[in-house]
Amino acid sequence: MLTKKIVLLAVLVAPGAAYAASTAHLDHADVDISNTASLQRGARNYVSYCLGCHSAKYVRWNRVAADLGIDEKDLEQHLLPAGAKAFDTMQSAMPAAQATAWFGVAPPDLSLIARSRGVDYLYTFLRTFYADPARPTGVNNLVLPNTAMPHVLAPVQGVKVARIELVTRDGKTEEHIAGLAEGTPGELSEAEYDEFVRDTVNFLDYMGEPIKAKRQSMGVWVVLFLLVFWFMTYLLKKEYWKDIR
Amino acid sequence: MANASSNAAGEGGRMKALMGWIDDRFPLTQMWNEQWGKYYAPKNLNTWYYFGSLSLFVLVIQIVTGIFLTMNYKPSAAEAFGSVEYIMRDVEWGWLVRYLHSTGASAFFLVVYLHMFRAMLYGSYRKPRELLWIFGMVIYLVLMGEAFFGYLLPWGNMSYWGAQVIVSLFGTLPVIGSGLVEWIRGDFYISDITLNRFFALHVIALPLVLVFLVVAHLLALHEVGSNNPDGIEVKKNKGPDGHPVDSIPSHPYYSVKDLMGLAFFLVLFLGVVFFAPALGGLFLEAPNFEPANPMQTPAHIAPVWYFTPFYAMLRAVPAFFGTQVWGVLVMGGAIVLLFFLPWLDRAPVKSIRYRGPIYKVALAVFVVVFVMLGYCGLKPAVEPFKTMSVLGTIYYFAFFLLMPWYTRIDSYKAEPQRVTYHAH
Repeated sequence: MLTKKIVLLAVLVAPGAAYAASTAHLDHADVDISNTASLQRGARNYVSYCLGCHSAKYVRWNRVAADLGIDEKDLEQHLLPAGAKAFDTMQSAMPAAQATAWFGVAPPDLSLIARSRGVDYLYTFLRTFYADPARPTGVNNLVLPNTAMPHVLAPVQGVKVARIELVTRDGKTEEHIAGLAEGTPGELSEAEYDEFVRDTVNFLDYMGEPIKAKRQSMGVWVVLFLLVFWFMTYLLKKEYWKDIR
Repeated sequence: MANASSNAAGEGGRMKALMGWIDDRFPLTQMWNEQWGKYYAPKNLNTWYYFGSLSLFVLVIQIVTGIFLTMNYKPSAAEAFGSVEYIMRDVEWGWLVRYLHSTGASAFFLVVYLHMFRAMLYGSYRKPRELLWIFGMVIYLVLMGEAFFGYLLPWGNMSYWGAQVIVSLFGTLPVIGSGLVEWIRGDFYISDITLNRFFALHVIALPLVLVFLVVAHLLALHEVGSNNPDGIEVKKNKGPDGHPVDSIPSHPYYSVKDLMGLAFFLVLFLGVVFFAPALGGLFLEAPNFEPANPMQTPAHIAPVWYFTPFYAMLRAVPAFFGTQVWGVLVMGGAIVLLFFLPWLDRAPVKSIRYRGPIYKVALAVFVVVFVMLGYCGLKPAVEPFKTMSVLGTIYYFAFFLLMPWYTRIDSYKAEPQRVTYHAH
């Protein structure tokens, strides 16, 4: 019986939920995985602000170092957590069981977050926290309403406040968030913070598929070779088929 | 044997001796000649005829890449997702092998759909090729099973919930339903046990069946001979050498032509593999980059694009008499109908070239409707997609069920005696 209900739910109801999940407009992240400097800053941001709670358990430190042009010494001095070896994967210091107790949900591993959610989602998510005293963390988010994640980047971004508008629809007046406005300022200006987030999201995109940049540059040669090969097979075919009348 | 007697001496002498030695013990030369070398095919085969050899090529890609994936993949609920990421990141060239396999799955359906459409264009399923068509349909059916079982293996959240939905469809069958679902899963939910058996079916059972069926399909083809864009039987016009005058040996003519088609296909195929392996979520769906989570349904469950026309039909049918079995029956019926195509079509000609306006319009609309259904199946079940799915489903069935009638009243042009061929 349970199964039948699941089917009913999945086939008929759940698809509609796609629209209910997030209605927020997503800003264009405009990231560039070939920008190594941006990736390096992103890696620094990730280690400083994200890794405390979010592991990236499929990503190896020495692979990151090799791909991002960071030498082993710098890796060990600035990025590697105490006790970690260069060939280890990026583990978080927070035990999952305690994390669940503290936040109600374990912070997800972020190895593939850029592939499952997309870079625009992440870019917008990290920029749309706002003060909400009703939440246990004191903040809420436009992209992921009622997120369990605290605003870790509050010292950097500051804390925004929601601009509430009253919207009257079908005779009912409802509160509606029209946008976010300056609240408490942070260390960075708005433009600087956007760049900060862009670098971080760029690194998340890299972690989602470390081979991506190489795959694309290799692909150019593969396709060029195949075009030449195709042209040769075309000539071969033409030569044989000229006898056919 | 024909080769053994001609040009005996010289460089190839030793090679010839070896071939003779083998041929005395195994009919190698005979098989090559019958199946390809001296298999005479109509000379007017056009672009639509590439998709047969391309299907065979993609099958080989899937088998070879599949073997290499199996070397590092772990079919267990605890390790499957991680092992795929291990292949993507830590195995040398693993990312390429995996993308070839995942893109190959979509490419397989694409070329098979075009191959089937070719048969509908030129009436290739008509007498004497009914059995050839049926073998092909069984291949298509097995391919759907192969794709479905394979889709669970990465153990992503869409893998999990897709399998959950599709397996549960069997639960709508009266009386045996719930027992059947448990039997398929081997458990009360999609679990490690289910993953293990799907792995077994995906890597050995169905590929074995597929290969046998492909052999049967090719044997049947080479027995009856290829159809052609004019839909006339070239065997009616034989020359003094006993071969049809409008036919040419496959080797070298179709060897070099299919090679050219393959090269062009590879440009597109590897273009996708290297530049857009997820193809915007169409080939690799975004929720499948999250590990399977029985507690959390993806916001929107949709099968991969090649199943969506049928998925749209499933959702188009409402539940009544307290059961959803009707949608399942409609979806199954949509496939079963294809098997009967050779007998539904009553036209006096085979090829679209000599058919009348009714069939031409009906087939054109059918293509539009099939693509539209595929699009609706990717979308949530809301308006206008619901209505479009219902109308599409009605048209799909009408196209087949009314075929005996409208192909009889259609007007036809006279078929030519010889095939149309312009040398170039």
